[in-house]
Amino acid sequence: MDNIRYDFEIEKDDFERAGEASSSIKKILRQLGLNSGIIRRVAIAAYEAEMNLVIHSNGGSIVIEIDPRKVTIFANDKGPGIKDVKLAMKEGYSTASDRIREMGFGAGMGLPNMKKCSDDFSIKSILKEGTFIVMKMFLKDGD
Amino acid sequence: MTVGEICDKLNLEVLSGESGLERNANGVYICDLLSWVMAHAQKDDVWITIQSHSNIVAVASLLELSCIIICEDAEIEDETVRKSAIEGIPIVSSKKSAFELAKDMVNLGLGS
Repeated sequence: MDNIRYDFEIEKDDFERAGEASSSIKKILRQLGLNSGIIRRVAIAAYEAEMNLVIHSNGGSIVIEIDPRKVTIFANDKGPGIKDVKLAMKEGYSTASDRIREMGFGAGMGLPNMKKCSDDFSIKSILKEGTFIVMKMFLKDGD
Repeated sequence: MTVGEICDKLNLEVLSGESGLERNANGVYICDLLSWVMAHAQKDDVWITIQSHSNIVAVASLLELSCIIICEDAEIEDETVRKSAIEGIPIVSSKKSAFELAKDMVNLGLGS
């Protein structure tokens, strides 16, 4: 299998299209014939990253790369950056507004869910610049 | 049991996504926090919620849930109806509370 890469632009506050990138990513993995367990992990991680970009960022992108050993998701945005990454990684912590919470978002589970679904998770955030997340899911025999 | 059979037996109103009525339903998940649903609901679960904006269809589709039941007559957005038709995820409306619906599902033998 050659390396495959897809880029998805994510707009701030675009709740109408929110989830479409994750759905496309899931379809791609399905077409590649990966097993349902790894597809679920990638789909959840991609969805949470996509929703974070819609809710919290000034827009950004989700990139997926698939090589024979792993699936990698890059979520990069154009700010505003996270003040306290350690706090943001805590289950239940959220800075989402009441309006967003009423829609069922802002449970403070996004980043923890992403980490749980990844074999390797890294996050870097610079205030006013952006947040940069890399998630790797390693393919095992049978995936 | 299929989603269609559940709707017939419980007299539930199917609002859209009829192409998914043949989907298999194996369990039930009840929650209104989308990230929580993402983390815990399982494939083929019936999802009961009061959330009714269009993003619920993305969640259900990604997790391959069998259908979404909007309980307590919560108002449903047109965009949700449109998306569920595209994805083939049935959206079902009910006057009942999540608890009452859960009891109905248990009585039908769902999840056992």
